[in-house]
Amino acid sequence: MSEQIQESAGEEPERIPVMQQVLDNPFLLLFLGIVFPTVLYILWGVMEIASVPVAR
Amino acid sequence: MMTTTYRTCPRTGLQFDTQAESLMRFNAVAAVLSMVMGGLTAVLVALTRWPAIKLLPADQFYQVLTLHGVNMLLFWIIFFEIAVLYFCSSTLLRCRLATPRIAWLGFALMVIGAITTNVAIFQGGSTVMFTAYVPMMAQPHFYLGLILFAVGALLGCFIFLGTLVVAKNERTYEGSIPLVTFGALTACIIAIFTIASGAIILIPTFLWSVGYIKEIDAQMYRLVFWAMGHSSQQINVAAHVSVWYAVAAIAFGAKPLSEKVSRSAFLLYILFLQLASAHHLLADPGVSSEWKVLNTSYFMYFAVLASMIHGFTVPGAIEAAQREKGYTHGLFEWLRKAPWGNPVFSGTFISLVGFGFLGGISGVVLGAEQLNLLMHNTYYVPGHFHATVVIGTTLAFMALTYFLIPALFKRELILPGVAKFQPYIFGLSMYVMTLVMMGAGTLGVSRRHWDMAFAGAPFQYEWPGAAYLMMGIAGLAGVVAVVGGVLWVLLVVGSLLFGKKLEEGEFSARPTILRMPVASSLSAHGGAVSHHVPGTMVLGSVLLVAFVLYYFVNWKYLSEVWPMA
Amino acid sequence: MSAILPPAATNWWKESIGKQELIFIVLALVWSLFMFFFMIYWHINGRQNLSNEKYKTTAAMFSAKAEQMVKQYQVRTETETQIPVVKPPVGSDVYLIARMWNWWPILELEAGKPYKLHISSMDLLHGFSLQPVNINIEVVPGYEHVIKLTPEKAGIYSLVCNEFCGIGHHTMLGRIYVK
Repeated sequence: MSEQIQESAGEEPERIPVMQQVLDNPFLLLFLGIVFPTVLYILWGVMEIASVPVAR
Repeated sequence: MMTTTYRTCPRTGLQFDTQAESLMRFNAVAAVLSMVMGGLTAVLVALTRWPAIKLLPADQFYQVLTLHGVNMLLFWIIFFEIAVLYFCSSTLLRCRLATPRIAWLGFALMVIGAITTNVAIFQGGSTVMFTAYVPMMAQPHFYLGLILFAVGALLGCFIFLGTLVVAKNERTYEGSIPLVTFGALTACIIAIFTIASGAIILIPTFLWSVGYIKEIDAQMYRLVFWAMGHSSQQINVAAHVSVWYAVAAIAFGAKPLSEKVSRSAFLLYILFLQLASAHHLLADPGVSSEWKVLNTSYFMYFAVLASMIHGFTVPGAIEAAQREKGYTHGLFEWLRKAPWGNPVFSGTFISLVGFGFLGGISGVVLGAEQLNLLMHNTYYVPGHFHATVVIGTTLAFMALTYFLIPALFKRELILPGVAKFQPYIFGLSMYVMTLVMMGAGTLGVSRRHWDMAFAGAPFQYEWPGAAYLMMGIAGLAGVVAVVGGVLWVLLVVGSLLFGKKLEEGEFSARPTILRMPVASSLSAHGGAVSHHVPGTMVLGSVLLVAFVLYYFVNWKYLSEVWPMA
Repeated sequence: MSAILPPAATNWWKESIGKQELIFIVLALVWSLFMFFFMIYWHINGRQNLSNEKYKTTAAMFSAKAEQMVKQYQVRTETETQIPVVKPPVGSDVYLIARMWNWWPILELEAGKPYKLHISSMDLLHGFSLQPVNINIEVVPGYEHVIKLTPEKAGIYSLVCNEFCGIGHHTMLGRIYVK
């Protein structure tokens, strides 16, 4: 993430914390934002509905 | 690629890509037209559910209610949100909009879709409500219109993401994207999940309506439909919270109290907010209590935590900015001396308070697994979501529009004296309406129900007198709110047509890149933001206390109904 | 800087959080976790929890069971349309049909005694809304939901349909007697 480091300052570039790098990465966030609800809500829910036993 | 130029607004200093600018204008106008449709039908719904008036016959009532739901919950807000996405990417990042041709294609699809679905409902064979639960079947073009609209909106989301990439590659900003853009990113991510879920369920439903698929499981439909139907309202939450931050910045020059806290709260939205789709399935047979508890609580209420954080940091940022300007007396001088006559601010603040106290608290209570038994499908449900979608989202969007008229449409607002009062008329009547709707729902009154007297039923059931009283007040307050909405439409349309034309500002072929005085180290930033916000602390505490009390009142009420264990 | 501009510090993650903000966040977090665990607590100690017993079924299968019950335990009929009134034994399986636009049959239950109430729909979605007790449950076609219910107080109760089910929705009113 070189563009986040300021070149003009005449000092060592600061290391950007991991969490800030995560929050600066829209596509990683997009991935997480799709995976969480898809797994917890949709897939789990579909499995539950599919496994409802048939009435005798 | 289309050539584009950049206009620098002389009033706000914002720089608009002219392509993006006309896209925003067209999306905003389409939003207002959808709102007109939603508003016309709103007054008919309000007057029919007002027991003393009962304006429409049953068939027309349900048809009009379907129109109202679809236009307000989908078309109005999503058209506006696409405009917000373009604003938060292209304008705030001062860069060109990615692929404007595809953006126009998306807009065209949305317009065609919205018209198609509206026509289908008008024709009468698609009175299925916004939810369109199978096996109740609408005309095929009802679903087709929704699918086209969704595809168009999806294109808009991708263009937002593409524009972020453009801005980064062309280095039009340094460091991280602005907080408001980050909030818009949150809305965009939720929108992509929403629209994908919509496609998963609406495409088979469309095929079912034309006969290619024999049957769709009603429970499965409910599960996947709500991943769209509820998440689409979560797009709103992320979008209107971003608007709150934007207005705090525009009206007060307020700085976020903490970038870390606000962005982390948005991250909680990205991860967990969509799970609340489970709120609609709490009284369903098909899913287990484990699934219900985890999903309905947004994974241990982390998204509620995020909303409470935003509810603190937005007024907190305003308080800090006001105190810096010298409004430091007592706890609330900063609030008393706020520009209450400026509809951009007053609308936002009424939206913020109403969303927290009415929409937020009621949503959590309604979404508690067992408490839902008391209110599922009652009038409490529309009471709750009018507090979130109308007070929270619609009012915030109305407030932002007062800012956009001079900035984006280059017109002076007509009748500023009326505009001053519009947020109060609309917002406060909505406060009353949602309160009594929730009150009637607590007494059991059904939603989507034409006749409280059950005319033609084999038996009689008499609702309590208080329920009739509250339904009457809801009707009255609803009509007043529609008047407030009409005023807003008149002000917006009137300003666009007859408002004094304002100076356009400079045009340039290239964007002027904003070089922030970026601080290279923490020390350079120290002391820039004051964290002393005692007034907000008091407001936040009042919210928490109200929340706790109301939560337990409902459990007490639940403990008194018939045992079900 | 402001929320519509990029953050002023390159390294904003390391900025300190204000004390009042932090206190509020901790309070909100505690309350959030409390509410989550309270739902679980109610599953263990509360008396009002929606049953997880459910089966996939069909309209034909379910109505056969309901008709069987009606044949066995019918005590009289009511209204012009001769809706059967059924008095099933305490603790037994009670079947309730939801369809456009009625609840069938009428039930007569004993106060303070538990029943296993099976609900399903013959056609569209319906909403089981027991008034004025105010218990509200979704009725889904193709699913048989088995709800354990103990009517506490004697009286005449109404079943409102609170899920939109077409033009006759508002006439869909059923009855439960508790004696």
